[in-house]
Amino acid sequence: MAKEEEVRPNGTPDDDQVESDAKDPSGFLSEIIGAPVTVKLNSGIIYKGDLQSVDGYMNIALERCREISDGRLVRNWGDAFVRGNNVTYICADSA
Amino acid sequence: MEEKEDTHAEPLDLVRLCIDEIVIIKLRGDRELKGRLHAYDSHCNLVLGDVEETIYVAEEEDEDEDEPPSVKTIKKQSEMLFVRGDSVVLIAPFAGTTH
Repeated sequence: MAKEEEVRPNGTPDDDQVESDAKDPSGFLSEIIGAPVTVKLNSGIIYKGDLQSVDGYMNIALERCREISDGRLVRNWGDAFVRGNNVTYICADSA
Repeated sequence: MEEKEDTHAEPLDLVRLCIDEIVIIKLRGDRELKGRLHAYDSHCNLVLGDVEETIYVAEEEDEDEDEPPSVKTIKKQSEMLFVRGDSVVLIAPFAGTTH
C-alpha cells in the first residue's frame, strides 16, 4: 500500500478518462449522442428519435421524436424533451 | 452557446428555446396541455398561459371486451396555469408536432 499510484483502482478521476469512456453508463450515453435511439417510459410508451442530449437526471432531448404504440406510429413530436424520472431505458438502435 | 464541440449542453436547453412559444406538455394520467410557455425551472415546474387541457378517458363498454375501448376527451381552458414538475412527462414545441 506504500505506493499509492500503482494500486490506483481504475476509474479514479485523474486516470486517463478517454479509455474508460464507454465503461460506465454515462460514458455509454455520451457515446450515443446523435444516434437514433429507442426510449421506453415507465408507462410503456415508446419514443424513437435522435438523441440530442442527456443530463444527470436522465432528462432527454430527442430530435424527430416519434411516439410508438403497439409498433404503430401514433404521433410525431418533432423536437421533444422527456423528463428523466419517466425513463425505463434508452436503447441505441442498430444502424 | 458553443462551449463544447458537438454535444448540446443539456436537454433543458430545448425547453429554454420554447419560452414564449406554444408548447404541448404530456402529463401523467393521460392529460395534455397546450399553451404558451412563460417560465420553467429545473424541476420542470411550468407557467403556461392561455392553456387548453385535454383529458383522455377510456369509456366503459362492458358488452364487447374484444373491441378496444373508445376514448373520450374532455377539454378545459385556463388563462394561466402553474404545473408542478413531477407530473410532466414530455415537452415539445407545438410547431413541430403532427398527428
